[in-house]
Amino acid sequence: MTATAAPAVLDRKGLDALVAALVAQGRTVVGPTVRDGAVVLAELTSADALPFGWGVELEAGRYRLVRREDGAAFAHSAGPQSWKNFLHPPRERLWSADRKPDGEVVFGAEEPADPSYAFLGVRPCDLRAIAIQDRVLTGGRFEDSGYGRRRSGALLIAAECTEPGATCFCVSTGGGPAADPGYDLALTEVVDEHGHRFLVRVGSEEGARLLEQVPHRAADPVTEDTARASVEGARDRMGRSLPPVDLHTLMGSSLDADRWNDVAERCLTCGNCTMVCPTCFCTTTEEVTDLTGDHTERWQRWDSCFDLDFSYLHGGPVRRSARSRYRQWLTHKLSTWHDQFGTSGCVGCGRCIAWCPVGIDITEEVAALKAESETETD
Amino acid sequence: MTAVPVPHRVISRRPETADTVTLRFEPVGRPLADFLPGQFAMVHAFGRGEIPVSVSSVQATGGLAHTVRSVGAVSDGLCAARVGDVVGIRGPYGTSWELQRARGRDVVIVAGGIGFAPLRPLILGALAEPEAYRRINVLIGARTPSDLIARAEVASWATAYTGVTVDQPEPDWRGDVGVVTQLLGRAQFEPEETTAFVCGPEPMIRATARELIQHGVPHDRVQVSLERNMRCATGHCGHCQLGPVLVCQAGPVVDWAHAEPLLAVREL
Repeated sequence: MTATAAPAVLDRKGLDALVAALVAQGRTVVGPTVRDGAVVLAELTSADALPFGWGVELEAGRYRLVRREDGAAFAHSAGPQSWKNFLHPPRERLWSADRKPDGEVVFGAEEPADPSYAFLGVRPCDLRAIAIQDRVLTGGRFEDSGYGRRRSGALLIAAECTEPGATCFCVSTGGGPAADPGYDLALTEVVDEHGHRFLVRVGSEEGARLLEQVPHRAADPVTEDTARASVEGARDRMGRSLPPVDLHTLMGSSLDADRWNDVAERCLTCGNCTMVCPTCFCTTTEEVTDLTGDHTERWQRWDSCFDLDFSYLHGGPVRRSARSRYRQWLTHKLSTWHDQFGTSGCVGCGRCIAWCPVGIDITEEVAALKAESETETD
Repeated sequence: MTAVPVPHRVISRRPETADTVTLRFEPVGRPLADFLPGQFAMVHAFGRGEIPVSVSSVQATGGLAHTVRSVGAVSDGLCAARVGDVVGIRGPYGTSWELQRARGRDVVIVAGGIGFAPLRPLILGALAEPEAYRRINVLIGARTPSDLIARAEVASWATAYTGVTVDQPEPDWRGDVGVVTQLLGRAQFEPEETTAFVCGPEPMIRATARELIQHGVPHDRVQVSLERNMRCATGHCGHCQLGPVLVCQAGPVVDWAHAEPLLAVREL
């Protein structure tokens, strides 16, 4: 089977040809590009738009672009967006309804011609995040049909991580700087005295067909060894880590912890962490009518468990305090996600740390909860 | 596929109390799958939105009906629906009361306020097969006599015991006054051989379930119906979480043994 085809090497021209081939197929190519002082995900019409020579500097509550001498395109950590912006978009019309003059009501499902996406430069943490959203939105008794439609048509080209940031902790969530299966092609960027090139591994028939269409050569041992060594090296350079304990149990037994009060003093309940998180999937719905009042539309938009309205029942919200809302987010992410979907909800991408306006650090909070649980059992 | 509402025509509208209405429906075109007592639907008020509502009557026994209390924009809109109006409904969703687990046993059904509505089709199901159960008890509580739903129907039921109590009496009220759990003393049941079904406001559910267990009812034989915010009913919106439970999927009907530790955590 071609999915186990031998690794190949693309040079810079080969990468250009790869993007051109995808565009020629009629795909909407989305990848990283520099805009507004960040590496964002946007439609690319050529490989030139990739962030060659840009890296990022990350800290809790801080994100800065920095120049890189080596001209690498994929040596930046996770940016403010993730692929959920495209697969599970912030706003989506679910259905609409029209009331006819005779009072009959006709409901119409939304069946748009979604773009056929090709995602270029999916980091291994984000590849895992996509697999998690697959389980949540298409793995249960009911399927989110919009997500399923966009996802089944999407081609995934991973870029393995060789440059983790200070907020990264994927290894401690069971992932790694190497890409798990699930990609069509996986690139590993190599820049050394032999030039700027990409080791390519094939993960699917479609990936193999795509590779056939672009100029490439068989992988040489030097490129393979260098690629493997830089991904292995990345494993040891994670800026942060979650405590190596059973988080499902720790979180489940920490519902009454004092630490929640401490974090609630700092948390603004703004919901930034839920917006940038690549697995957070929660949505709400809105009813929108036109001026006649006879046409109505049902829209879905991202929602956040930090919003007071999120848990509203007649009489008021269930989760009034910041303490309970932060606890909901973290406990869901690391513990009850397992109960609901059979996996953790965290991939260690570090976005929630970098984009928290007050720099709350998920790894620090979990470590504090662990420390508190140990004090109690002493 | 996307869950799109299915048009249903309102074929009758019965005001139950000052703010509560029972609407009966028939499908305009294709019917929905059969609901089981305890399950719920997402009901759409045109131009206003959708809310989750348990069925107060199922197709198998009297046709699809919802009993709606007007507490917000959508429920206001539904309560104002007139006979002939078309309303969008999708479902059935969620778990149902497990009446089969009560076969051969005493049955205690406890309703608080609008919590009577989801229990009504369960009661009708039990009364349709009286020989399958030992003694059927129905205990109903409401804030005032004016808040009692379906009083005439309740009075007509051939149960071993039917008790009705209110928190605040009105001048013509000659019945019981006080919380619904005080009726347990008069109900006819052997606790160890009882299956109980409870629906109402959360504090009432907690108090009733605890009292039933104190009487000796096994706590995996007490089923309760939970309420949480819901936007999708298909397990994707995240709103109905109660700890590990997605209420739209694993609920609304759950065993008290499962619900008790979750409801014991403040603001979970």
